[in-house]
Amino acid sequence: MKNDIKNVLIVGVGGQGVLLASEVLSETAMLVGLDIKKSEVHGMSQRGGVVTSHVKFGTKVYSPIIPYGQADIIVSFEQAEALRSIEWLKKNGLIATSRTRLVPPIASSGKFFYPDDPIAELKTKVSRVIALDADKIALELGNPRLVNILLLGVISGELGFDSTIWNDAIKKRVKPKFVDINLLAFAKGQELAKKSNTVSA
Amino acid sequence: MKNFLSGNEAVARGALEAGIKLAAAYPGTPSTEILENIADKFPSIYSQWSPNEKVAFEVGIGASLGGARTLVTMKHVGLNVAADPFMTFAYTGVGGGFVIVSADDPEMHSSQNEQDNRFYAKFAQIPFLEPSDSQESKDFVKLACEISEQFDTPVMLRMTTRISHSKGIVLEGEPIEPPAEGFKRDMNKYVMIPSNARKRHVVVAERLEKLQKYSEETELNFVEDNGSNIGIITGGIAYQYAKDNLPEVDYLKIGFGFPLPLNKIRKFVKSHKTTLIIEELEPYYEEQIKAAGINIDGKKYFSNLGELSPYKVALGLKEAGIIDQVTMAEFEPEQLFPRPPVLCPGCPHRAPFMALKKLKVPVTGDIGCYTLAVLPPLNIMDTCICMGASIGNAIGMEKVNPDENGTAAVIGDSTFLHSGITGLLDAVYNKSNITVVILDNRITAMTGGQHNPATGQTLMGEKTKEVNLIELCKALGVESVHEVDPYDYQATLDVLKTELKKPGPSVVITNKPCVLMPKRVMDKPYEVILDECNGCSACFRIGCPAISTSKELTKRNRPKAIIDPLLCTGCSVCAQICKPEAIVLVSEPAVVGK
Ligand SMILES: Cc1ncc(C[n+]2csc(CCOP(=O)(O)OP(=O)(O)O)c2C)c(N)n1
Ligand code: SF4
Ligand code: SF4
Repeated sequence: MKNDIKNVLIVGVGGQGVLLASEVLSETAMLVGLDIKKSEVHGMSQRGGVVTSHVKFGTKVYSPIIPYGQADIIVSFEQAEALRSIEWLKKNGLIATSRTRLVPPIASSGKFFYPDDPIAELKTKVSRVIALDADKIALELGNPRLVNILLLGVISGELGFDSTIWNDAIKKRVKPKFVDINLLAFAKGQELAKKSNTVSA
Repeated sequence: MKNFLSGNEAVARGALEAGIKLAAAYPGTPSTEILENIADKFPSIYSQWSPNEKVAFEVGIGASLGGARTLVTMKHVGLNVAADPFMTFAYTGVGGGFVIVSADDPEMHSSQNEQDNRFYAKFAQIPFLEPSDSQESKDFVKLACEISEQFDTPVMLRMTTRISHSKGIVLEGEPIEPPAEGFKRDMNKYVMIPSNARKRHVVVAERLEKLQKYSEETELNFVEDNGSNIGIITGGIAYQYAKDNLPEVDYLKIGFGFPLPLNKIRKFVKSHKTTLIIEELEPYYEEQIKAAGINIDGKKYFSNLGELSPYKVALGLKEAGIIDQVTMAEFEPEQLFPRPPVLCPGCPHRAPFMALKKLKVPVTGDIGCYTLAVLPPLNIMDTCICMGASIGNAIGMEKVNPDENGTAAVIGDSTFLHSGITGLLDAVYNKSNITVVILDNRITAMTGGQHNPATGQTLMGEKTKEVNLIELCKALGVESVHEVDPYDYQATLDVLKTELKKPGPSVVITNKPCVLMPKRVMDKPYEVILDECNGCSACFRIGCPAISTSKELTKRNRPKAIIDPLLCTGCSVCAQICKPEAIVLVSEPAVVGK
């Protein structure tokens, strides 16, 4: 029973839309008829802290949090946060991350350093990494805030849900005036994933 | 209907279904969203923010005695503030069903301690229910109302951060309309003069016996029989973590946590070869179970510090010899820079702290966004104990250890109105030489932007009177009360310097709103003229997230500054402290010193 559960971890920094992404993913799983639990700790998140959302779905889900080493997929909106989160990743798990670089004030203090190339480091450890210039692509699509849904599109193939269900979930969870552009971002993500050979690696 | 709800959303829904008439609270993570959801989705319930938890609780008592089903919510430490009415309301009993939500914060995600409020229920001798998911969070509100009315007692609904903020699928029910009973005058029951209270204490003891019987019989404490010779006694979120690890052993799940069903527990223990207690935080079950002569273990394997997790439970189960192996992380965690929460770009709290740092005075602190000033690079705040404590702390410190430059207490508007007013009264009464800085950003920001008596709006969205802080402080007897624009660094520094040196208590009130709530404040951004920047790092040390090091270096290899135009709110504070005048409004001449 334990094995039919899928674990998806979504990480980012306050204000990057982690919660909307996890809402859309949960809604999709719910429309499919699965049991779902989702957990995040908010509170300080608005002030530039790390935001982590755990999403679990399957026939029957007990705990709302993903144990270390058990995430099938990690979606990250910030490259250093992707590196920080690998403790949760399963052996053959997939990380999809934006190349977004958000350097906190503390890393300008001289006491701490932001790694030069977190994605290169990530790739030395994890075999299945998709890294995208998601900010740039989102901007080309017309809105920098589309990064979250774009990345959901990227990982959607891994989960096997029908595109129409994803689209229904987006329609339900996104503000009406942003629905079309988000559907576009989702489709773009799907297309980019198909091009990327890492997914099937 | 099925819905995907957080524990807090589910409690709000439960309030509707239970026929709650009045809900009162003071915000506090992780409880805040319960009242926000009630106000937002179920306006048929009267809901309000009170200035603090004690008042909220007392408002609730009034409503319950008035015959209505009532909900009062608060974070764990809020119950310390409301403990006085809480303990005695346990004696009088209720009118309409009364539910007090205590939302505890194991791991202290956003709190100053991780006290285990299950002990409060035992202390007051009232029952508590503890949900382990969103469905139960909803269902238990109505059950708590029924138990409250059946046994004439307030009932605690004990939540934790993971229950409040996790989402799960909830099957919703139909709201009921309980009969309105009205207020039934009964002085012997509701007027707790000693002669009446002594009689009521006897009633409390008798009630406890009935509750004991109920606890043994209720389905809230159920046995899950999977035919195993291993038994687990657990409740709340720990139940889920245990099920994750051991889906197929037997469980005694505690949903009704005081008084405990000791006979049921004894029977359960007898019928299993091994029984373990898995509970988060303190050995609350364990102490009582052991005191009843039942010798089983719990805290020997599961720490009482911080949150449990599926992983920590697995480690404990291995140590106890129940499982052989724990799945470990495949990839080593990365040692990276931390990403602590910080004051927002343009936060009005920033410059007053820069000034206090410059003045090198002791700064007793309080709780709110401004507490973030203790973190690097500002590093300015010497105490933070509980809401309202800054003023009393400063008074005591100044009495025994007067500082020649003065002593400052820093407190937010919501916190001042919560429990700072009496502290200030003490400062006046006892002739204290302190300066109280009220950081009035016109919102309760830390908890996500709630209205308070200074904002002019109620929880249900009505316009109301705004308390005038200046007049309030003057009425308390403070003679020197000053308002200052916190974006004018020099003016803030000057007024603080003068007031701190003056004998007698003084108050300095800042007058600019939070830049995030209720509205986003965004002005034209500032930029760094790289040719003028000498890499002195003064602007890095004010901790504005919009300012970072650029790739450009000075001749002495020091990084120059750069401002992110999308984050900068144009508050001008960094420009005011930049000696070489390298920070200017985007494409406009420099504005320095105002
Ligand atoms: C007794 C108690 N109740 C509630 C809280 C949660 N809490 C922490 S700070 C805060 C209010 C902060 O508002 P304010 O003083 O206006 O400062 P701001 O965050 O706006 O800067 C609240 C409600 C708490 N820590 N203790
Ligand atoms: S939310 Fe408001 S008060 Fe809090 S740090 Fe940001 S600007 Fe300052
Ligand atoms: S003006 Fe300076 S201090 Fe103010 S928000 Fe912009 S960068 Fe930050």
